[in-house]
Amino acid sequence: MTFLTAENLNVALAGRTVLKNVSLSLSLGHLVALVGPNGAGKTTLLRALAGLIPSEGLIRVNGDALSSLPLRERAKRFGYLPQGHVVHWPLPARDIVALGRYPHGVTDPARLTPKDSEAVLRAMQATDVVEFSDRRVTELSGGERSRVALARVLAVEAPVILADEPTASLDPRHQIDVMKNLRTAADNGVLVIVVTHDLGLAARFADHALVLSDGRLVSQGAPGEALSEQVMAKVFRIKAYRTEYQSEAVIVPWAEAR
Amino acid sequence: MSVQDVAVTAEIAAGRRASATLALVALVVLLALISLGIGPVRLSPWAVLEALFGGGSDVSQVIVREIRLPRTILGLAIGAILGLSGAALQGLLRNPLASPSLFGAPQSAAFGAVLVIALGLADVRSYALPVAAILAAFGSVFVLLTIAGRNAGLLILILAGLAISSLAGAATALVMNLSQNPFVVLEIAFWLLGSLEDRSFQHVALALPFIVAGAVILFSQRNAFRALSLGEETAQSLGVDVGRLRLFVILGVALGVGGAVAVTGTIGFIGLVAPHLVRPLIGHDPARLLLPSALAGAALLLAADIAVRIIPSTSDIKVGVLTSIIGVPFFLYLIRRERRALGGGVA
Repeated sequence: MTFLTAENLNVALAGRTVLKNVSLSLSLGHLVALVGPNGAGKTTLLRALAGLIPSEGLIRVNGDALSSLPLRERAKRFGYLPQGHVVHWPLPARDIVALGRYPHGVTDPARLTPKDSEAVLRAMQATDVVEFSDRRVTELSGGERSRVALARVLAVEAPVILADEPTASLDPRHQIDVMKNLRTAADNGVLVIVVTHDLGLAARFADHALVLSDGRLVSQGAPGEALSEQVMAKVFRIKAYRTEYQSEAVIVPWAEAR
Repeated sequence: MSVQDVAVTAEIAAGRRASATLALVALVVLLALISLGIGPVRLSPWAVLEALFGGGSDVSQVIVREIRLPRTILGLAIGAILGLSGAALQGLLRNPLASPSLFGAPQSAAFGAVLVIALGLADVRSYALPVAAILAAFGSVFVLLTIAGRNAGLLILILAGLAISSLAGAATALVMNLSQNPFVVLEIAFWLLGSLEDRSFQHVALALPFIVAGAVILFSQRNAFRALSLGEETAQSLGVDVGRLRLFVILGVALGVGGAVAVTGTIGFIGLVAPHLVRPLIGHDPARLLLPSALAGAALLLAADIAVRIIPSTSDIKVGVLTSIIGVPFFLYLIRRERRALGGGVA
């Protein structure tokens, strides 16, 4: 069943049109890869869907117009994971994860209701960060910090997760780790939208791909089809090595297209 | 680490914070008693307590309750609101070098007040003074945050703050420059140095309502500061109305700082120093830092005000001068510590 739709979405930032007539319709339980070259408007689309920037057009989440929902209600429906996993103060990891309960009215991480406490714990167990719950996030390695950030988003227990390049600057092991966690969330009924430049990861873990080019949605569908040879050549201007392994599409960028 | 351990370590941390806060309360009470006991007639804390609650001699009652109590109340309240404002600005901007005085708020408030005095619009004890100071402080912080923009780095904030405090200082100097009455100029000059001397309950009535209103506003926003640790965008995605939060913080700081400046002149650097003093005890959580920073600010200003009464000198040292003399080296130390962030231009 369709959960998140956008109709004729247009976004202009600083006078420049960044998204042009983007329409999409997505259902719960899918991991959607949002791909496209630099400057295609991926992050902008993610922000617009979360209601973080003003947009023209109609976004509906579970039938409700996004613009009609108060901030708190939006926050309950979208878990937003920004790029870079920035934390400005050296707070303990568990307090960061507990911030995921903020939309549910949790203001003090030291005073969680049993329900909130369970949600926090579930999220920390899912991303395997319980062991450094007391450590300051600023002292953690990049991989550990990305898991804490992911736990924070999972703790919201929102039906939609929007993740902006969650695998950037992680080693291969941690990239797989993060994608697996998001895949699990999708398998548990969450709609996960992941912005990524890694077409290999997109093909491996996503069951749906959205290809943005110059602010327009130019291709979508199962990754193997949406990222066709023509799309690779036209949008990304590359040739890719394509095969199949364990019944998943494998796409490895290989050379510039002429 | 097991699930139980998580809860236990969280509880230990909470206990440590609670005892640190209690210790700060005790320190503030002690300093307040000392402040009430110090002056030409020295009274022991015990004698002060007796006089406060209607015991002791009539003379000591008058000294404590009528002469020294307003000064102590102002020291406590103004120190607290400065510490709180510093912690709130640091939380809002996620920046350990944020403080009202580095942003030119007290300097601008002083300009507002000086303008009112020099134009002869009001005498020193009317509500026009704090209102003008508050408006000027609000304007300065608002302009600063507008210039700096969202997610501004340390360098931008500090440069903009420098520009605004320089402008406020120059504007104040201009007003004094153009003033016809040398006595008014002298009065303004001394008042600008910042002092708690000879303040009466009239002054308390003038400043306290604004300070309390500012404090209530800042405290009411405390939980948003924690969410803001993740950056403005993420905080917004968690349901924090960042634009409204900014406005509330500017308003709270302006009310508090403007009210304070209107009765004591500029007392700088308490807001910068106080949060740093309590972080080793409380941790870095910007929401939890508000109350302890207010207590530390109160303790700092009370201590400084006690010190200016003890330090032997031919004429009185103004407390604002003392806090700056202590505060500026501390600021330099912070710059050294934050050198990397400053050099990179981003916080």
